[in-house]
Amino acid sequence: MRIKTISRSVDEFTRERSQDLQRVFHNFDPSLRPMEKAVEYQRALTAAKLEKIFARPFVGAMDGHRDGISCMAKNPNYLKGIFSASMDGDIRLWDIATRRTVCQFPGHQGAVRGLTVSTDGNVLVSCGTDCNVRLWSVPRPSLEDSDLSSEKSTEPSAVYTCKNALLAVDHQFEGDLFATAGAQLDIWNHNRSQPVQSFTSGSHSVISVRFNPGEPDILATSSGDNHISIYDIRMSSAARKILMRTKTNSIAWNPMEPMNFTAANEDGNCYSFDGRKNEEAKCVHKDHVSAVMDIDFSPTGREFVTGSYDRSVRIFPYNGGHSREIYHTKRMQRVFCVKYSSDATYVISGSDDTNLRLWKAKASEQLGVILPREQKKHEYNEAVKNRYKHLPEIKRIVRHRHLPKPIYKAKAESRAMNDAKRRKDERRKAHSAPGTVVTESHRTRRIIKEVE
Amino acid sequence: MEVALEDNNLMENVLPPDEQEIDVDLEAKEKKYLRGEVANLESLKDKKLKTQLASREKLYGKSAKAAAKIEKWLLPASAGYLETDGLEKTWRIKQTDIAEEVDRSSTRNQYDIVLPDFGPYKLDFTASGRHMLAGGRKGHLALVDMMNMNLIKEIQVRETVRDVAFLHNDQFFAAAQKKYSYIYARDGTELHCLKERGPVARLRFLKNHFLLASVNKIGQLHYQDVTYGDMVASIRTGKGRTDVMEVNPYNGVVALGHSGGTVTMWKPTSQAPLVQMQCHPGPVSSVAFHPNGHLMATSGKERKVKIWDLRKFEEVQTIHGFHAKTLSFSQKGLLAAGTGSFVQVLGDSSGDYSRYMSHRMEKGYQVEKVMFRPYEDVLGIGHSMGWSSILIPGSGEPNFDSWVANPFETSKQRREKEVHLLLDKLPPETIMLDPSKIGAMRPSRRKEKPTRGEIEAEKEVAIEAAKGVELKKKTKGRNKPSKRTKKKKEMVENAKKTFPEQEHSNIAGKKRRIGEDAAAELPSSLKRFARKN
Repeated sequence: MRIKTISRSVDEFTRERSQDLQRVFHNFDPSLRPMEKAVEYQRALTAAKLEKIFARPFVGAMDGHRDGISCMAKNPNYLKGIFSASMDGDIRLWDIATRRTVCQFPGHQGAVRGLTVSTDGNVLVSCGTDCNVRLWSVPRPSLEDSDLSSEKSTEPSAVYTCKNALLAVDHQFEGDLFATAGAQLDIWNHNRSQPVQSFTSGSHSVISVRFNPGEPDILATSSGDNHISIYDIRMSSAARKILMRTKTNSIAWNPMEPMNFTAANEDGNCYSFDGRKNEEAKCVHKDHVSAVMDIDFSPTGREFVTGSYDRSVRIFPYNGGHSREIYHTKRMQRVFCVKYSSDATYVISGSDDTNLRLWKAKASEQLGVILPREQKKHEYNEAVKNRYKHLPEIKRIVRHRHLPKPIYKAKAESRAMNDAKRRKDERRKAHSAPGTVVTESHRTRRIIKEVE
Repeated sequence: MEVALEDNNLMENVLPPDEQEIDVDLEAKEKKYLRGEVANLESLKDKKLKTQLASREKLYGKSAKAAAKIEKWLLPASAGYLETDGLEKTWRIKQTDIAEEVDRSSTRNQYDIVLPDFGPYKLDFTASGRHMLAGGRKGHLALVDMMNMNLIKEIQVRETVRDVAFLHNDQFFAAAQKKYSYIYARDGTELHCLKERGPVARLRFLKNHFLLASVNKIGQLHYQDVTYGDMVASIRTGKGRTDVMEVNPYNGVVALGHSGGTVTMWKPTSQAPLVQMQCHPGPVSSVAFHPNGHLMATSGKERKVKIWDLRKFEEVQTIHGFHAKTLSFSQKGLLAAGTGSFVQVLGDSSGDYSRYMSHRMEKGYQVEKVMFRPYEDVLGIGHSMGWSSILIPGSGEPNFDSWVANPFETSKQRREKEVHLLLDKLPPETIMLDPSKIGAMRPSRRKEKPTRGEIEAEKEVAIEAAKGVELKKKTKGRNKPSKRTKKKKEMVENAKKTFPEQEHSNIAGKKRRIGEDAAAELPSSLKRFARKN
């Protein structure tokens, strides 16, 4: 007869001294956990509710400018600093952590329209409606910067004049060239007072310009006659041109997939294109009610932030049609520029009410040092919420956002209009001979044609 | 296997022959951790969702494999067993024989506590098996720590105690006394008097939902949420008095056994039972549920114990011979039945339940309740002279999970666990027969429109049926051949029309007839006011 019974010795299962860790034993058998799906669902519900409780995205406002903010620039080498320029010619360097001005760059007479920093972080280029391009040397951040009372101001290292007002500027990622947009597209070198190269295209001005992060010689521009053009500066004319129905206010290239770019359009949508294939947009991002003024990608390449004329800032996933988050405040007026911080944690918006606002990219994120157990709990909550996010109760909580009344009403109105239009189109199609009425997909609807 | 292979996939396929057998064993374990079938993603049209779900399914597969490997190699303890060789039978082995073979710490679990004055004892264990609550009929309540055999608290309530139950941990317990039920704290303080329920016959606690369920002498079922005291449901079963009530740990459903031989299953959100099964010709004596939720054992006064499959609600097995007053399943699936002073344990190692072990106590000890202790190879028996404990090798789960139930809990761990249990408390609406339905896809209800061919085929069948029907031959001069043929033609015409047209013609026919009669009765000057429908 062979017998064995379970006999546990207390020493094996308890700790010896109080300084030891407690012993933990695992048995993943599902039969020990009845009703595990219901428990998981309950945890998902609690996680969704907690996320809403901890959602406090607004970190602070940076006050100092005396006129509406027209543009911002990130310093690729220095995480804590951001440059901003306003409509009265005031350029400032802010320290995001203390939300104070570190340095001012006075000099421009009119509105500053474009700001950009070279990749090594040494040169700041600004251009404005006073037809000037100014180059400044960026002050090195040092430990003495903690002296907040002194706001330094510097002299430009170079001032170049041109014939017309300038509307945008962008610096090449690798190299010494920068491009300005105005009556025409000009390529400049740091040391030359005249543009090295010029591209003219018709009678309309070029509104915005952006260099490709992957290919140093390719840039995308948008012009006032509703074109988006892709230039290779080694060639003499545009490589590709897309004609849309409304003008594009800003373009951003995806840093992780440099062949794709997203264009922020005047009709409230953002269109993601594959730079190689322009007949149809890869994705249409619809949620803004009014013109989208600026767009910036996150360094992860997975989402982008947009600022719009309808006083809101939205964060979209790179491949999703609707925004995951909306930020708005009563005090924030028309948003003219947005930037996603280089550590993918913050979003900075510059608006008409002379303030720069700092928001968290993930509204319920806990900032600061997080212990590993806390981090695991956050990850578990995310995972269990994503598993059940299609169920109605959880979907309702996760999706809920408070919209300001004008945006809410405008959305309801546009929904009613779109529904009516769709119904009528369906009926027209149903009552015509099959094949005569063709529905255009959203991805091609706003593109008129592609010009080589 | 020293072949230099560059491809990793090839490497995995080539296994030494002795390892290949273990792979089969691992696959069987893996199935358990997969928790069901792989989802069918072919019918999805949304490509993004399809890729996301496909990558998730891969992850599930990987985690199931890892869990199977952990179960095979990393679990600290292995299950108990009792094997005999040759002609020796396992059910002839006595507890004294077992005591000689096992170690000291196990023999501490074999004892008889003799308390003849306080009546038959009912037992309850906490989920970790560490604490035991014994309630004697004449009012004796005792809370014992089984690890040290320490009597934590005993009180004498001086009233009949019909049932006892622990709440979520050993800090609180409930006793069903003569007129009302009471909730006590660990040190014996009476915390609550549950007056609403009346005199309760059975008390059970649903752990995941924090619901205290009870059935009283009138046959009413009460569910009360013990976290804030709300009576969630009080259901009139309508089947009369019963004192057989058990909770199915798999889905939280309460089963009542009635004197007509039916077993009904209830959930708090409905006034009608979920299931009614006719189990025995006479009254049901006791009910027990297997921890996997698929098997139920019932016993009736006709000296039979029946095992039921709850997925199909069919009888799987009948065991003849004894009238089991109390039944209990262990974590490993052994079934203990107590009758008179005899306890029999049945095991399903050979597929069906057959005799595994038995224990005969002295003649005066009438067994009142048997209950297996969780995570130990121990069976607790409450009887008329006190309570006993015997060893049943192979009945308990050897490896506990510290996050589920920890017999070696410190007070700090107990407090944390209580908070987590409260955070994970399930609402009573989640109690359903199949708990895996939560979050599952609902099958699409839209019936497909029948195709033209199908409609034609149906029509032809209807026409044939109409032609083949035999009309009843009427008497008293009403059986005119012309009328018969007319009626048959009408039936065939009806069958040829589609269903909506048939309805329309029937209704129109009726209305016309009524209108015509009314018009015929009116004098001619008023005929123009007759309703023309």
